[in-house]
Amino acid sequence: MKDPMFSDAHLQKLDALRKRYPKSKPLVLPALWMAQEQFGWISPEVMKYVAGLLDLPVSHVYGVVTFYTMFNTKPVGKYHVQVCTNVSCMLRGGDRLLAETCSRLKIRPGETTGDERITVTGVECLGSCGTAPAVQINDDYHENLSPEKLETLLNELR
Amino acid sequence: MEEFSEKLILPDITDLHRIEVYEKNGGYSALRKALRMKPEEVVDEVKKSNLRGRGGACFPTGFKWTFMPKESDKPKYLCANGDESEPGTFKDRQIFEFNPHLFIEGALIAAYAMGIAVVYTYVRGEYAKWIDLLQRAVDDAYRKGYIGDKILGSAFSTEFTVHKGAGAYICGEESALMNSLEGERGYPRVKPPFPAQNGLWGCPTTINNIETLANVPHIISRGWEWFSKIGDSKQPGTILFGISGHVKKPGVYELPTGTLLTDIIHKHAGGVPGNKKIKAVIPGGSSTKWIRGENIEGVRMDADSLKAAGSSIGTGGIIVMDEDTDLVAVITRIAHFYHHESCGQCTPCREGCGWLEKILKRFSAGEATEGDLDLLLDVANNIEGNTICALGDAAAWPVQSFVGLFRDELERRVKKTPAPPAYVPPPHLVTSRS
Repeated sequence: MKDPMFSDAHLQKLDALRKRYPKSKPLVLPALWMAQEQFGWISPEVMKYVAGLLDLPVSHVYGVVTFYTMFNTKPVGKYHVQVCTNVSCMLRGGDRLLAETCSRLKIRPGETTGDERITVTGVECLGSCGTAPAVQINDDYHENLSPEKLETLLNELR
Repeated sequence: MEEFSEKLILPDITDLHRIEVYEKNGGYSALRKALRMKPEEVVDEVKKSNLRGRGGACFPTGFKWTFMPKESDKPKYLCANGDESEPGTFKDRQIFEFNPHLFIEGALIAAYAMGIAVVYTYVRGEYAKWIDLLQRAVDDAYRKGYIGDKILGSAFSTEFTVHKGAGAYICGEESALMNSLEGERGYPRVKPPFPAQNGLWGCPTTINNIETLANVPHIISRGWEWFSKIGDSKQPGTILFGISGHVKKPGVYELPTGTLLTDIIHKHAGGVPGNKKIKAVIPGGSSTKWIRGENIEGVRMDADSLKAAGSSIGTGGIIVMDEDTDLVAVITRIAHFYHHESCGQCTPCREGCGWLEKILKRFSAGEATEGDLDLLLDVANNIEGNTICALGDAAAWPVQSFVGLFRDELERRVKKTPAPPAYVPPPHLVTSRS
């Protein structure tokens, strides 16, 4: 793999953020977000790159990446379908939504379809309890779903 | 109790998220007023209003502000907590979406009152859309001179930064939030020292919930006396109650504290679909203790009334379960959540939450043994109070209350093992006495 390198836009954004914190360490989450946006996932090379940018030990960046659930430490599909299965969604069919979506796509939770388009993951509460069951696809929330509605949605993405 | 129907935080005004509309409706006039007051007068006003934190702990806000040193050779910080990850809670996102300037104005007034020049707002990573909406509002407020250097011609200057989390329930705990903001893993810190002495980067810091800060402009513009008369006198104001689960119209309802739980369920949320009976209610987010359906009559949504009902108000996130709900499955799901979210620092929580889940899974599968009920309670009791932060308690409380309230549900899942066959001695031991 080629050495990762932030786009100019990301480098400028990061520089602007430096003024907002007294140290460079707090930039680790913003920098990792930029990395995930640009590279899709946080590979060991990306961790090394971010550590170099912020003058932090790679071990520290690794520790941070693996603490938070939203950083992908392996590649995900073009569409990351995150199905909430916590209580409020569960009471309104979140579990069934996850199970049926997986079986329609012939994958298990956490897996990616063969064409690398869709990854389905079961996640904790998305804060969409009033519009349950809810799914987050990449950055966007989709609410009040049924397996059928989600299937239509996924077909439209294809 | 006097009927109070005004919506303070989420009024029905179209496009209120736009700064011009907010200004037209009196927006930022509280900030102007506050800037003409002495900082300690602002603190005093909030203190007398009896505003309590809306993040779950109900701590008196003005009192918290007095913990901040007036003089400090270190910078002081305000962290607005928008991590909002407690299952059943979805209120702060409404503020970011529909009334972000009210929160921003409240945070600015708080910063002025405590002499703070840097405000961070920590928002959970999943809320990408709402972070954008908030950032847009912050940019507008900068543009109009409400944030930045010499705000509205006064001597007060402050910066305002939105910080995006990355998926960790624990970062809603204030000291974990500070660690996360500092670029660390989100591990809670041992207290004392408290944030007001030793917070972000070792400097005096106050952490307030988004909804809490959104109440502040109203207190400043209309006075503490007016505010203190709304709803329950010990915890006045309105609360954004989020109701979810088995109700016809789930959503966020802004109502005064002390509103009847049954009114929220039936009058506002339209009751239970199919008019089924209510089997259980979680009144304030997944960490609060459960209430049996037949005991919700007369319970009011304020700290005291819920305490009397054996629970607490938490974040005001109400979860309703109808008579057909598999309650054991629900409590098992909650235990799974806390196991997943335990940061792993403290042994009782890291190991105990795993045990709670494991034992409850045995009940769910009908594989539990007689001793599992006592074991479940024993594990929960040994987590509670023995950890750095309240996540351990949050994991123990629902389980403890569940065993107390729904013991029968669990007992029904104990595996009925057939009685062992009667002892038949081998022939060579049988002695004939006849």
